[in-house]
Amino acid sequence: MTGGSTYETLRQLADSWGLAFMAIVFLVLCLWPLRPGARDEHTRAANAILEDDHDGE
Amino acid sequence: MEVVVMRAGLWFAALVFAVAACALSVDRGFAVHMVICATAAAIGLIVTLRGGDFDAASRSVLRSPDPGKYDDEVIRWATIATVFWGMAGFLAGLYIALEMAFPALNFGIEYIGFGRLRPLHTSAVIFAFGGNALIATSFYVVQRTCRARLAFPGLARFVFWGYQLFIVLAATGYLMGITQGKEYAEPEWYVDLWLTVVWVSYLAVFVFTILRRSEPHIYVANWFYLSFILTVAMLHLVNNAAIPVSWFGSRSISVAGGVQGALIEWWYGHNAVGFFLTAGFLGMMYYFVPKQANRPIYSYRLSIIHFWALIFLYIWAGPHHLHYTALPDWAQTLGMVFSVMLWMPSWGGMINGLMTLNGAWDKLRTDPILRMFVMSLAFYGMSTFEGPMMSIKSVNSLSHYTDWTIGHVHSGALGWNGMVTFGALYYLVPRLWARTRMYSVRMINWHFWLATLGIVFYAASMWVAGLTEGLMWRETGPDGYLVNSFAETVAAVHPMYVLRAFGGLLYLTGAAIMTWNIARTILGHAQRDEAPFGDIVFDPARDVPLTPAAAG
Repeated sequence: MTGGSTYETLRQLADSWGLAFMAIVFLVLCLWPLRPGARDEHTRAANAILEDDHDGE
Repeated sequence: MEVVVMRAGLWFAALVFAVAACALSVDRGFAVHMVICATAAAIGLIVTLRGGDFDAASRSVLRSPDPGKYDDEVIRWATIATVFWGMAGFLAGLYIALEMAFPALNFGIEYIGFGRLRPLHTSAVIFAFGGNALIATSFYVVQRTCRARLAFPGLARFVFWGYQLFIVLAATGYLMGITQGKEYAEPEWYVDLWLTVVWVSYLAVFVFTILRRSEPHIYVANWFYLSFILTVAMLHLVNNAAIPVSWFGSRSISVAGGVQGALIEWWYGHNAVGFFLTAGFLGMMYYFVPKQANRPIYSYRLSIIHFWALIFLYIWAGPHHLHYTALPDWAQTLGMVFSVMLWMPSWGGMINGLMTLNGAWDKLRTDPILRMFVMSLAFYGMSTFEGPMMSIKSVNSLSHYTDWTIGHVHSGALGWNGMVTFGALYYLVPRLWARTRMYSVRMINWHFWLATLGIVFYAASMWVAGLTEGLMWRETGPDGYLVNSFAETVAAVHPMYVLRAFGGLLYLTGAAIMTWNIARTILGHAQRDEAPFGDIVFDPARDVPLTPAAAG
């Protein structure tokens, strides 16, 4: 494969399937915390660090 | 016994190897570095052969309290190292700031010239001060949030001491002129290889501690720490791919050259900011701000969304360092667009941190540690607004190569990274040494104000200097010639350089007060006799309703 065609191949991958894949993964990851039932889990996670003091007692 | 013999054998082999490499070295810098490695191996050998309980010895040296539920010894070491390297880095920074204003301070000595001390300063503050702070806090936070002891305690100690060896090799290398010439990635190939070993160990300790957790959910601070460790490993490996000129010499040739090399370097360089100085320190913020305020984070959901946005966007922002260069135009535009989009996730983090104080803002009156955190978040917000703005090509054509960039970096580094680290240190030290609180709370407040004023002097003077330079450099006369010579712009910004050095002096003074405060806390001295902080004296004479003005 010559240098030019490597560039073209990667370039085409980057602005078609590569871009679509990254965008979809990103959207799913961002929408995931908005799913029903996430709120309780988040509240618990956010408060868990305050439950004990320095040495875990 | 067998283990001791095997360990001693390994140290001895390392010692022999280092001495042999020193004898075979083709340049002096490499020889000096091998002597340093041989010394480190010899110390390891002696400690192994003398036997005894290393941790017990370490506890008596550090005056550690009884070991608790968690493995904190390595965190105590890293805390002390953070303070030590912080002072060294700030001092080097002040000195080179003075060299810029008064070049006579170079004294014609090659080892302390600006070009050699400057990477020493940047690496000392970013990798030594910031890196040790990240090691200390990540090990502290991961244990508390996972409710699990550190995995591989021996490896965790290796991470700390191996990282210090990396710092010493890097710093001495800069003074001797050993450099790859890549910003924030100056150490040469053998030091890079050593850091790789240390960093993979760091990753192993961190990941296996998470795997041992007894808490179902992995707290978001650990997401940030993990992304920082993983991404830095990737960046480090790709950017430092090089072929040594000799196996016993300190020179290497980079695998990527030309514009590709430049793009890889700034992909690395900007993500060193994005993942080392942002993601890692956000990990700190997400644990210590809620703990110090004693309130849960404002929105856990926002923390996850801005985490993913930060990860997905930061990695593309690097090309904004190469505007108007040989880099293809589309790549420059891509870097600019992603940098502008980064503004949102950055402010997501700032808003999340600041809003955590909603309903508890009164604590700022009595708690200077919380002040540090709030000031840190404020500077995080300011510099992550300034950064995207400067990445816009038309703004960059004015700001690039000027001191505006330096001012921007320092408002982020001194403001965001420095302040959040100081806050975390003030949180950690009394807990790690089982003291009720710091030796002096008033000294924390002095530190807060000195540091804040120092940053204001620094950032403001560099804005003025940067705009002066940018405008003078581009000024053309009616016939199209440049109006100003370079030397004229240097003379024009001289007062700003002096003011910048003054800001650095204030910041260093604040850090010196912190060092004193932390040292006395660790040594267990009686708390300083001082008026309680934020105490408001009740004055009955003034505790009366306002009298309405008599009707006329």
